[in-house]
Amino acid sequence: MTVETLTSYDQALTRYEPVLGMETHVELGTASKMFCGCPTTFGAPPNTQVCPVCLGLPGSLPVANAMAIESTIRIGLALNCSIASWCRFARKNYFYPDMPKNYQISQYDEPLCSDGYLDVEVGGETIRIEIERVHLEEDTGKSTHMGGAGRIQGADYSLVDYNRAGIPLVEIVTKPITGTGALVPEVARAYATELREVMRSLGVSDVRMEEGSMRCDVNLSLMPRGSSTWGTRTETKNVNSLRSVERAVRSEVERQAGVLDAGGRIVQETRHFHEETGTTTPGRSKEEAQDYRYFPEPDLLPIAPDPAWIEELRATLPELPSTRRRRLQAEWSLSDLDMAAMHNIGAIPLVEQTVAAGAPAADARKWWMGELARRANESGVALSDLAITPGQVARVGALVAEGALNDKLARQVIEGVLAGEGDPDAVVAARGLKIVSDEGALSAIVDQVIAENADAAEKVRNGKVAAAGALVGAVMKASRGQADAGRARALILEKLGAS
Amino acid sequence: MSAITRDEVAHLARLSRLALTEDELDHFAAQLGVILESVARVSEVAADDIPPSSHALPLTNVFRPDERQPSLTPDQALAGAPAPEENRFRVPRILEEE
Amino acid sequence: MTLIHKSAAELAALIASGEVSAVEVSRAHLDRIAEVDEQVGAFLHVAEDAALAQARAVDARRAAGEELGPLAGVPIAHKDVFATTDMPTTCGSKILEGWRPPYDATVTRRLREAGLVILGKTNMDEFAMGSSTENSAFGPSRNPWDLSRVPGGSSGGSSAAVAAFEAPLSTGTDTGGSIRQPAAVTGLVGMKPTYGGSSRYGVVAFASSLDTPGPFARNVLDAALLHAVFSGHDPRDSTSIDAPVPPVVEAARQASVEGLRVGVVNEFSGEGYQPGVLARFHEACALLEEFGAKVVEVSCPSFRYAMPAYYLIAPSECSSNLARFDAMRFGLRVGDDGTRSAEEVMALTRAAGFGPEVKRRIMIGTYALSSGYYDAYYGQAQKVRTLITRDFTAAFEQVDVLISPTTPTTAFPIGERADDPMAMYLADLCTIPANLAGNAAISVPCGLADEDGMPVGLQIMAPVLGDDRCYRVGAALEAAYRDRWGGSLLEKAPAF
Repeated sequence: MTVETLTSYDQALTRYEPVLGMETHVELGTASKMFCGCPTTFGAPPNTQVCPVCLGLPGSLPVANAMAIESTIRIGLALNCSIASWCRFARKNYFYPDMPKNYQISQYDEPLCSDGYLDVEVGGETIRIEIERVHLEEDTGKSTHMGGAGRIQGADYSLVDYNRAGIPLVEIVTKPITGTGALVPEVARAYATELREVMRSLGVSDVRMEEGSMRCDVNLSLMPRGSSTWGTRTETKNVNSLRSVERAVRSEVERQAGVLDAGGRIVQETRHFHEETGTTTPGRSKEEAQDYRYFPEPDLLPIAPDPAWIEELRATLPELPSTRRRRLQAEWSLSDLDMAAMHNIGAIPLVEQTVAAGAPAADARKWWMGELARRANESGVALSDLAITPGQVARVGALVAEGALNDKLARQVIEGVLAGEGDPDAVVAARGLKIVSDEGALSAIVDQVIAENADAAEKVRNGKVAAAGALVGAVMKASRGQADAGRARALILEKLGAS
Repeated sequence: MSAITRDEVAHLARLSRLALTEDELDHFAAQLGVILESVARVSEVAADDIPPSSHALPLTNVFRPDERQPSLTPDQALAGAPAPEENRFRVPRILEEE
Repeated sequence: MTLIHKSAAELAALIASGEVSAVEVSRAHLDRIAEVDEQVGAFLHVAEDAALAQARAVDARRAAGEELGPLAGVPIAHKDVFATTDMPTTCGSKILEGWRPPYDATVTRRLREAGLVILGKTNMDEFAMGSSTENSAFGPSRNPWDLSRVPGGSSGGSSAAVAAFEAPLSTGTDTGGSIRQPAAVTGLVGMKPTYGGSSRYGVVAFASSLDTPGPFARNVLDAALLHAVFSGHDPRDSTSIDAPVPPVVEAARQASVEGLRVGVVNEFSGEGYQPGVLARFHEACALLEEFGAKVVEVSCPSFRYAMPAYYLIAPSECSSNLARFDAMRFGLRVGDDGTRSAEEVMALTRAAGFGPEVKRRIMIGTYALSSGYYDAYYGQAQKVRTLITRDFTAAFEQVDVLISPTTPTTAFPIGERADDPMAMYLADLCTIPANLAGNAAISVPCGLADEDGMPVGLQIMAPVLGDDRCYRVGAALEAAYRDRWGGSLLEKAPAF
């Protein structure tokens, strides 16, 4: 391997304009496979979800899954695509051990959906990503490489499990994305994030990148600034998280700029992203261009969706994430920046559910974006993975609103819920966290504090109201934080004749 | 259209995963040349405005409901395998990544 | 008459009435196989035990008073292209030697459900590519009329078995003529149903858009009975037609051409046609007129391009269909010494496991689909396909059926065309158009060629889902010939 000199990201962007393309594969969450009745459950024991069809045994024939077709059309509609009035499956021919028939049933020049777009927000700005096509194909099996440290290079042999073979796979391909400049990694990530949310809202896939049910390939090339000729692109695969999408783009910008700066040429190739290093390495170098010999799949008939059915699917699409965000932003009266901040850490659905559970929007937002975001960040988990439900957050808010808790106590309640101590009310009871609102008890504490802090009390009597702070603090301390600080202050001033 | 060269036959053999001998390459080059010359006659007819037919009959929209059917057992699935191992298909080392 | 010389319908009636048992019928045919198949070479695998078990089951059902289907207990020879769980399925190829599928083809299943007794699997050109069975990896089958000649192909084992009285019925698949041509050259009835009329599920694919399973029999009614048993919609085959099977049995019994308009395809005559074949064909035309049909000449100009189109489309599809034979999941594996890569093992296995004709077609197909050649070859061939369909549509506006010789010559001697692919391809000249357009077409015997005494077949082509017309005309001709010949053509076959 040649040692490549990297050019720093900022420098690279001064000389080159990146051109990005995204190819995303999404495994549909259908009950059965694309062309046979085998289950699609993730993680089943090897070769327990296979039949003559998905094993590609001689004589077997595919029959297309109606739900997969419907889901693909719904994805196309959600991405503002035109739906083909007539299209065919095609065979993509190449030999590979994890592909049972040695051709993949896919779509070639007749995709089910084409020419759409998806708006994404980066830094409070909306960027329209043009979608070239959305098509349907089948997944391949999975090889485990034995020997050679489990990598394909140097392995002695491989073991193939065809459980995954034939799971319906939707491929979503963007048109080249230009003009994003230094924002290109964020744009790539924002696109993948938004696409994932669209899939979720449609309910067509569980889109788990770590399980491979959503997989991103990143195409990138650099164009010297001032030029209008696009550079040679690379295709980076194996990008298995949203964060990796961003890192892979950044790394590839730096690498390509390094090669170009050193007077080298970019080789059109497939590259692999490595989580650990955040860099890409070359995969197969294509000596001769692959000739897939596509031709219309004779075992399957053309698809000609009834326009009335398409309209029905369009009319029954769920509210899409961007529309929902706009609606919520208006409902919650938030600025673009606040909304973007919430969006970035995935707080919007949580806040929405907290509001649905009865909390005022401002409260819900305050808790999720404040205390809870801080705790998620500290423990390095996603906000949605915290062990607290929107309903519980709403209850904490309600207790504060009732005056039963103050903010400090509320934080302790949250801590208890996160620690698995039960519902907010249970935590309050178990930890004995309740504001002392009993006037008599508070009055007694105040009297005691005044007696113990004669100097401060004297100052207050003499009109130095600021000195009351120390007394309030002492009251809070004596009450183990459970006193209502405002009420305590009022009482102190009253008793010292300074009100 | 001209007959096919030996190199082209070698390329086709590679594409179709056929390890042909030198003799076979020569033999097939001659035969394929004759066949291709004969079938090239299709270009004499069929003007631009003729739509191609990929299927015998003009049917559309044949789908199956998204329902599960019983799968094979791993034993059945691997019964004909040249090299089963741990309920999986053992295959020789794979050179290229796809 | 011995049991083996009886028709399927007769056997079924005897079994149903209890005059003979299904076991006796199967035994008689198994004995015949034991006696002659060493010479004929029709079978790749004889399943004596399974056959007798199935026959016993039919007898038991009858004894229990169950109503049996119209062919229950009748033995059948099954082309080795159909998946069978209890017998090997090799397609005449070394690459599949000994392979036992974990599932039954739909046709296999329907034969079993109808109580037919599968005697074994018949020889064929490797992966159904050929017109002589000489491309079988396991040696050729022979024509019972003259053992030095081919029985046609690719379903040559099936034609030989029925012509040699080893079975009253057999199955075949017809991609470019692989049922009709072997039927013609062995004096049998062979039917290619409308594409999609019979299920391809479990038929090892040669060319998916053309392959059509169909029956062989020694008479038209038997063929119709078998056709009715295994045809009809199959949800496992997307290209299967979801419509009732045309009334083929009724048509075979109707046997009338009165008032029928019959078109003679102009293009299938002249140079390259054996005089004896043309003589029998013209006789048949005259006979049809005599029985009240109106015979007219019809031109189908695109049929001239059917053969080149076919020899692009079929190889293109086969190059992809046969890619799965790669030594990874089933079948032969060659050269896996622990150091070679999967890619090398694939290429070595395929080189060792496929015969020359299969290799030729895979490479032709690979070429025709390659970027840069696709439009000129595969793309053009698909346009020709459209033109041929249009020719049929226009012709069927004028006539009810089209007729032609089934094949330009009678059975040729073994070895004559073995290494001359183009000469071999000519055998399918007249049968290919019906495959490209998906039409129904049948071959029925129409006598012997004077110069060699070998059988000649007449092809009757009907529109899509007009299968019943093929049987109606075929049965009418059969009846006319029976009067003329004083029996069936096969009674003239020399004993051996």
